[in-house]
Amino acid sequence: MIINHPILGPRDSQEFTYLGDASLIDRPDWQAEDAADQFHDYLYLRDNPAGEHRELWFHEQGDRSWLVVTRNTVTHEILTVELARDVARARGRSK
Amino acid sequence: MGKFDQHGLKAISPLGGHEPRADAFTGLLIREVTDRALASLAARQGQAEAVKAAAASHLGGLLPEPARWSAAGELAAWWMGPDLWMVSAPHDSHELLAAELKQAVGDAGSVVEQTDGWCCFGMEGARCFDVLERLCNANIRAGKAGDATRTSVEHLGVFLLCHAPGQRYSIIGPRSSAASLHHALVAAAKSVI
Repeated sequence: MIINHPILGPRDSQEFTYLGDASLIDRPDWQAEDAADQFHDYLYLRDNPAGEHRELWFHEQGDRSWLVVTRNTVTHEILTVELARDVARARGRSK
Repeated sequence: MGKFDQHGLKAISPLGGHEPRADAFTGLLIREVTDRALASLAARQGQAEAVKAAAASHLGGLLPEPARWSAAGELAAWWMGPDLWMVSAPHDSHELLAAELKQAVGDAGSVVEQTDGWCCFGMEGARCFDVLERLCNANIRAGKAGDATRTSVEHLGVFLLCHAPGQRYSIIGPRSSAASLHHALVAAAKSVI
């Protein structure tokens, strides 16, 4: 499997490690009234789609960047690869 | 000469010798390199342009593009990741490289001393392609001078700098695994040559 790194181009997937669902970027506000409930959902509830799935991958044997990889879990086709920091900033994180 | 000379202490190389190790094969020389100081330079958030400007005036050259390395005078730098570079310089004249860099970039960048965290092996000779392609999955034969690739050799994350394609490379890996990296380089060379 080849992951098309947005900066470095096509790289072998053995250079990467997998973390999990990209929704981990959307960490809840710990000061919210219902923070405990939000963190419960954030930690334990995951979609398990047969089809397109957004995932966090780490280029461990490369430039150590975090990526958001959109992958089809049925065919293993990789559709898009983005830098996780760009995704996070687009969602208002890392200000 | 350092300030601890009066204690009679003598520095050892990453492989534990008093002199850098060299292994010669027909068409290949693997040499331990111990004369470079290292410091990493990271641009703080939103400060990439400021760090690049400071580097251009202080380092005498631009910080390299992704997956590249460059040298300007005594100083060299390679790209490690987004907004992150490793800077190297001769140890004798730049033992305090990290402090010099910090002074140059100020609050725009974060600098970490790296000299003793890494070991460096120089590889030169006509058989470089044959040996390196057995060691890592970087696209060695398509490489150009000035390429800086982070890849894995012997399960170790290493930087592979290309000086002259097929002829001269630097392999920089974690110092605590210097002997394992050296073993891998020598074993690959023996299997090929």
